[in-house]
Amino acid sequence: MAVTHDDVRHVAELARLAVEPDRLDHLVAELNSILSHMDVLSQVDTKEVEKTIGAPMVSTPLRSDASGPLPMLTPKEDFAPDMRDRLFVVPRLASHDEGADRAP
Amino acid sequence: MNTVDFGTLSAGAVAARVAGGEMSPAAAVEGSFAMAAAAGAGRDGLNLILWSDRELALRDAAGLAEGMTRAGTGGRLAGVPIAVKDNISTLGLPTTCGSKILAGYVSPYEATAITRLRQEGAIVIAKTNMDEFAMGSSNENSPYGPARNPHDVRRVTGGSSGGSAASVACGIVPISLGSETGGSVRQPAAFCGVVGVKPTYGRVSRYGLVAFASSLDQIGVMARTVDDAALATEIIAGVDPRDSTSSSVEVGSYRDQFVSPATSPAPLAGLKIGVPKEYFPENLDSGIRAHCERAVDALKSLGATVVDVTLPHSPLAIPVYYIIAPAEASSNLARFDGVRYGHRNRDATILREMFATTRSEGFGPEVTRRILLGTYVLSAGYYDAYYKKAQAVRALITRDFNTVFKNGIDALFTPTTPTTAFAIGAVTDPYEMYLSDIFTVTANLAGVPAMSLPIGRVAGLPVGGQVIANHFNEAMMFRVAYALEAALGREAHQ
Repeated sequence: MAVTHDDVRHVAELARLAVEPDRLDHLVAELNSILSHMDVLSQVDTKEVEKTIGAPMVSTPLRSDASGPLPMLTPKEDFAPDMRDRLFVVPRLASHDEGADRAP
Repeated sequence: MNTVDFGTLSAGAVAARVAGGEMSPAAAVEGSFAMAAAAGAGRDGLNLILWSDRELALRDAAGLAEGMTRAGTGGRLAGVPIAVKDNISTLGLPTTCGSKILAGYVSPYEATAITRLRQEGAIVIAKTNMDEFAMGSSNENSPYGPARNPHDVRRVTGGSSGGSAASVACGIVPISLGSETGGSVRQPAAFCGVVGVKPTYGRVSRYGLVAFASSLDQIGVMARTVDDAALATEIIAGVDPRDSTSSSVEVGSYRDQFVSPATSPAPLAGLKIGVPKEYFPENLDSGIRAHCERAVDALKSLGATVVDVTLPHSPLAIPVYYIIAPAEASSNLARFDGVRYGHRNRDATILREMFATTRSEGFGPEVTRRILLGTYVLSAGYYDAYYKKAQAVRALITRDFNTVFKNGIDALFTPTTPTTAFAIGAVTDPYEMYLSDIFTVTANLAGVPAMSLPIGRVAGLPVGGQVIANHFNEAMMFRVAYALEAALGREAHQ
């Protein structure tokens, strides 16, 4: 399964990375070289364990199966102290303006 | 006390002197900074430390002194200076993960491991150099330049916790914190001649550790002695409500089980130690092999029964790891998009462009490579062939360890690394670099505890031996390592 230039462009788009065109050849070669070492896994018989895969469960605790208080049952002033016109007022999350960090 | 003497003190010795009034917490902080200056730990020298603040550390020391006067005790690490890898959140110092994308980021909260060490009197004096986002095995993937090995400045410290390992090796601090995903504590510990511990997955809270690969990440301890490493691990271990993957299995006292060869002729009598043949390949460095054989002889002389065992799927660990870890990283690092943290490209005109340019400017080549690799193995059409298959082989690797321990083996002994520290710039092929972790990565995949301790030197460079135990049996791991360290004595550094 060789990685192509289109694959790298597609994956870069998915990962929100801007890959310069002059780096593309190098990245394609590198990924193909790395992935060639992974091919050995296809020869391993894993039928026995495929239903139990995941992180090692012996060291991963489970939460207790109990419900706690619903977070929205707290007074709204605790989590949204500022209201205007029956709407919650929140800080602006992102903007390209220099004043983006200021609350509205 | 002169600077050199301070650099030889164990954490226990510093705490005892501070508790006894022979040394003030401020003097311990000053001793640490003097050692850093003497070693040339700054950017223009060994390049071990990214961020430090003497005034902040002295203020913490003054607060500790005041608390000791009030309470009459300073804790088990009273006044002990510690260094912390730059991907573990601390208050007052930057937490940048050695990445330009987090330049200037100061965490508003601290990691649980740091809180627990500070509650016992430890004082954070520095954030240490590391491979960007803990992705690397040499510390060369730091945008601030590689940390240099104090045993030979032309060589790497190992990575990714290179600055933390070398800070302990130089005597700047008796204890440091690193993080492990595939060997990032044990491998640099071996290269720098110190003790490095990766606890069981879930043993230490990951709250405040910036995520790389969440099914593998663990905070680990580096120290000059097994005793100090056990003490610090004991302190940071245990369930934390802020990390739902932390375990409530009781921690206990690791050091209570230490038996020295000085007081008992056979402190490991009755224990069965396995030597897995897959960790001694034909092409293993002959010097490392010789030191491992000497360590195995020492284990026998301590009363342990040493038997050959097999972990047949271990040779597949590197391909498995380099699918699973980049896959998880590609998801975890999605949060660094210029909106909430650190660097933001301000020239982009639309949001999508801002995400892409910010990330490409902020991430270095190895992080970019792993995000692309991880995204690829998770993408439609390749998920089953790569990611799902790697998860299945991971289950086989884990089963190998479970089988060995179920069959009565108490601990395993292996070399920590296939080579000693290599020259800076010598390894340029990414996959060849990944092979540095070949003996350490299996413990991360299986979730078992493992540690490296010095067992000798080849051409003046330290060699590490690895002790691996069953899940949550850190006590056994430390017991074996403590006896081995005592039996090797000065030979561990020759």
